[in-house]
Amino acid sequence: MTRRTEFLANGLLRLALHTLAEGDGTTHPLLLVHGLGEQSPMARPEWTESWPGAVLALDLTGHGESDVPVGGGYMPETLMADVDAVLASRGPVTIVGRGLGAWIALLIAGARTSLVRGVVLADGSGLAGGGPHPPSPYVTVLDPGTGVTPDAYALVELSRDVRPPDYALDYLRFALEESELETPVIVAARIRPEWLVAISSDVSVVEASLADAVAAFVDPSLATR
Amino acid sequence: MPDNDQMRSYPGARPPDRTGHVMSSGLRLALNEWGDEKAPLIAMVHGGFDFSRTFDVFAPMIADAGWRVAAWDARGHGDSDHAHLYSWPADVRDHLAAITSLSSEPIVLLGHSKGGGQLLDLLDARPGLARAFINLDGMPSQFSAPDINDRERRRMRRADVGAALDRRLRRNELTRRPDTIDGLAGRRAPMNPRLSREWLEYLVTVGARHDEAGWRWKIDPVLHLGGFGPWRPQWSMDHLAALDLPFLGMLSGVQDDPMGWKSRRGDIEPFLPPGGRLEFFDDIGHFLHIEQPRFIADLVLEFLGRLP
Repeated sequence: MTRRTEFLANGLLRLALHTLAEGDGTTHPLLLVHGLGEQSPMARPEWTESWPGAVLALDLTGHGESDVPVGGGYMPETLMADVDAVLASRGPVTIVGRGLGAWIALLIAGARTSLVRGVVLADGSGLAGGGPHPPSPYVTVLDPGTGVTPDAYALVELSRDVRPPDYALDYLRFALEESELETPVIVAARIRPEWLVAISSDVSVVEASLADAVAAFVDPSLATR
Repeated sequence: MPDNDQMRSYPGARPPDRTGHVMSSGLRLALNEWGDEKAPLIAMVHGGFDFSRTFDVFAPMIADAGWRVAAWDARGHGDSDHAHLYSWPADVRDHLAAITSLSSEPIVLLGHSKGGGQLLDLLDARPGLARAFINLDGMPSQFSAPDINDRERRRMRRADVGAALDRRLRRNELTRRPDTIDGLAGRRAPMNPRLSREWLEYLVTVGARHDEAGWRWKIDPVLHLGGFGPWRPQWSMDHLAALDLPFLGMLSGVQDDPMGWKSRRGDIEPFLPPGGRLEFFDDIGHFLHIEQPRFIADLVLEFLGRLP
């Protein structure tokens, strides 16, 4: 199908949410969250073929067809609110996050446990962020943007945010403590920045290929306590 | 007893001699100035949930001693634009935009609380901006973090995250609750338990705006005390140790003050820049320059008088 786009209010900004497949209504949607500087795909990727429900894709703030904020101020935690706006609109989802989207998927899995029915953490741009410790200090002022995406401030700020492994593990614990799933987090990424090493080393986390990881969440009984 | 909606005065408080604005990537930041425009420049950066008019007593004292004092409201605070997004690095960037729009030469910088912590970040990245730095109780250290176990820390973080997400979902409905001057002063009092009622009421009339429903703080309602994210206080000490300029730090030792990071002398001293000076007061609260403006201004002026 040709993707269908709707816009969600996110405070004073609009988020573009694309429907890549309508699905048969037998299960909740699969939500794709892109990497840093990317945007949602135009069609459902092959590795989602096993998913019988709707396949959605979100353009994060400052990316794709979503609005660009004035003066930057991006943090992964505020992009987590982008996904939260989708949850508020569409209800429970399973999330596949690429790169930056994987980090955001982990955060929202921990923050909104009852609405996130599993996350798949995949390779993609912006997976490492600024690393586990603050990078060398760098402060610059860019000219006011023209609304073009990806927003330059997003590229600067979201490639420098710090991602300590123990912070990642806090969110994993949040997810594990309250999720109905036995394994709410599956790692499909082959590249492993330190936060992802910590996550994938946890006994509650499993590893799988992207297609297998998506398929694992199709039948909730496979992953439910 | 003044009328409920009447502007208040406070002994020594003086409105800015000039007002204007500076721009930061399309955001308009309100600028206030005291003193001779041609005098040497000192820029003051306020703390979180504050605004530049909280310098209304302290800044004139410095200006009257021969300085041009400039202070701007952070995004979302005071009379500055409310922003779509807020973050510590964005505030730091706004400070850079303000400072470079005021001067192309190194100036003296002063920051209180969060403003002081943000200037530590900025000066590590842009050391050429300042010829001296004064930090008023804006030096977080790892040793001042509350002693809580991992499970409790996670529970607190999770509650903070949930509350922040809820607030963002309701952003378009959020407004600051209207009240009387007396009512707003009373609501601010827990943040500033050592300040007089007279000062708090003055603060309301410069930090809130009046509409048909009453007085409301100008600060963006989406903002809240605290915040979340992986920030660690020790990162600020890395920036402090990196400084190489005349430095005066002041710490409040009042441990039951609800605001501030509660750093102690021994937490900070190992990280002072060469020749840096640290003063510690166990009888002045976190808002040092508001609680004891004359005393703190005299210390600052003595420090400034020694600059080359």
